[in-house]
Amino acid sequence: MELIQDLPEVFEEFAEQRKNSFLAVKKLKEKGIPVVGAYCTYFPQEIAMAAGAATVGLCSTSDETIQEAEKDLPKNLCPLIKSSYGFAKADKCPFFYFSDVVVGETTCDGKKKMYEYMSDFKDVFVMELPNTQSEEALKLWKSEMIRFKEYLEQKFQTEITEEKLREAVRLQNAVRSSMKRLYAVMKHDPAPISGYDLFKVLYGSTFKFDKTLIPGEIDSLVEKIEKEYREGKMQGKKPRIMLTGCPVGGATEKVIRAVEENGGVVVAYENCTGAKTFDKLVDEDAEDIYGAIAARYLDIGCSVMTPNKNRLELAGRLIDEYKVDGVIEMTLQACHTYNLETLGIRRFVTQEKKLPYINVETDYSQQDVGQLNTRVAAFIEML
Amino acid sequence: MIRLPIAAVSISYAEKPAVTGFLHGRQDEIMNKEYHIGIDIGSTCAKLAVLDENQNLIFKSVQPTGWSSVDTAESIRQKLLDEGINAEQASCVATGYGRISVPYADKMITEITCHARGAMWLHGGSELVVIDIGGQDTKIIRIEDGRVKDFVMNDKCSAGTGRFLEVMANTMALRPDEICELARQGGGTAISSMCTVFAESEVISLIGQGEKKENIAFAVVESIVNKVVSQSSRLDVRGAAVCLTGGLCECAYLRENLSEKLGCEVQAKPEGRFAGAVGAALSL
Repeated sequence: MELIQDLPEVFEEFAEQRKNSFLAVKKLKEKGIPVVGAYCTYFPQEIAMAAGAATVGLCSTSDETIQEAEKDLPKNLCPLIKSSYGFAKADKCPFFYFSDVVVGETTCDGKKKMYEYMSDFKDVFVMELPNTQSEEALKLWKSEMIRFKEYLEQKFQTEITEEKLREAVRLQNAVRSSMKRLYAVMKHDPAPISGYDLFKVLYGSTFKFDKTLIPGEIDSLVEKIEKEYREGKMQGKKPRIMLTGCPVGGATEKVIRAVEENGGVVVAYENCTGAKTFDKLVDEDAEDIYGAIAARYLDIGCSVMTPNKNRLELAGRLIDEYKVDGVIEMTLQACHTYNLETLGIRRFVTQEKKLPYINVETDYSQQDVGQLNTRVAAFIEML
Repeated sequence: MIRLPIAAVSISYAEKPAVTGFLHGRQDEIMNKEYHIGIDIGSTCAKLAVLDENQNLIFKSVQPTGWSSVDTAESIRQKLLDEGINAEQASCVATGYGRISVPYADKMITEITCHARGAMWLHGGSELVVIDIGGQDTKIIRIEDGRVKDFVMNDKCSAGTGRFLEVMANTMALRPDEICELARQGGGTAISSMCTVFAESEVISLIGQGEKKENIAFAVVESIVNKVVSQSSRLDVRGAAVCLTGGLCECAYLRENLSEKLGCEVQAKPEGRFAGAVGAALSL
């Protein structure tokens, strides 16, 4: 399948995908398709898919509902949590509204407690995510997979057969593989597209409900990018940045823009927006499919885990494969786990990888854009 | 480029301005001389530095930024014209918070990079830690091998910045430089609030309680120095050559206090305020 549109149009379409999906989710509900809302990369997509449900990410990225949230939640709290709660409470998010159930996990302290209040006005299913990635933890997480499966079967009056589950695993693996091929285009030096355009596709595609369409679309996009690269269409030689830390999107796109408006290019996203979500596949051939799913998800290198070796492994691999010149970590205010981990990441990047590192702590307001730009520009000038 | 004999006016640290050449040639020929202009529009003051092709500082000036960086940039352009320098034709680099407001600048570079370059020009060497206490922010920059290696910036809060000193000076009906020297004679008092606004209230209380002016001044300087020292601890400045730039570099007592607390001698030059502007001029 060849892409007829020009690349800039394709990127804009992905950027608009979230908004376009507002109507799409309503149509799904009208057709009687259940919708499961999720907040986290640890959410086992495949189990919801096997129940015939559409899944959608609910992590909010705008500060417009934070004031509302602060009526119930403390001010000194992660903006993502406040924003998400605010959108839910104020009924401003169509995805939340149309979700039949919202799934949370016991990830960070803030989310854990927020879900308690959210369950006052919505069906919230909280999965007990362990704090570590040990053998015992895996047993717990696998049993949570099964508990979730049984819950969905009950809620949606359906049966999640092993066959359906394996099919979902194969489909989701295909999606992951395509997304990995997509961001792998940034291994080229100079980069073929901007990090911002890459972000638009990575983020926008999470709002496409029909996952069967994603691999084909993304693969055609990759083909087109590679073709145009061979023809000489590329970004100039620029300092190559890896973005790590808390999720980027919406209000926090200011960080991507700060990099790219000041002469750099984001070639790798280690965070939830990128590799952290897509890097690992489920072992499709495993006999114990629930165990395989649980293992794949538990392995995700998020700062809520202790210790968090997998994040360093992924970060190190991305730095090498994408020929990164400098690492920028964006942390959200009041995010204890990521903010605490900055020391470890700084040591790893500067001492082991011998690269410059900077941490920018920010929130969802646009007030610090000037300061952000100065810091990021100064960092890029260092490279 | 044809070099015509014109009046060469050089300004160095010790000498008075001297005409070392003779005026010969038209205004526009003067304008063809190679000038490197650096403009550092800070939140409080706008600094201008002009270097010649041999990196000599031949002109400098400072004025309040006021509330329009754009107007300030224009007034600087006019000031340069009065000196026979056409900013639109010469190399011009803008830095500082108002760097985007200089339409005739050829390049915009952050004040971190510019302060680093300017500090190296002032103090020499390629391994340096620069502490710049600005009007509303404080930067600490580590230079290794002639390049910026790392930096920390406090631009979210005015504790430890020139603004803190200004506010307290205002409350005490003194000039900032007067507080600095008065502080030398004081001791024993401390301001507990980090925040400028609360600290101001504390100073007013101290005055009301009849506390001696020199002791309050001492507390003010202590506060600023402590904040800067705490910020610099994020960068590991031990063993490095440290210098102070920015408007407060002229306060001898503050510099001595900082040196004592950091455990090393903090150097400063009278032109330290112009480090950013000089660094900008050196960048093109």
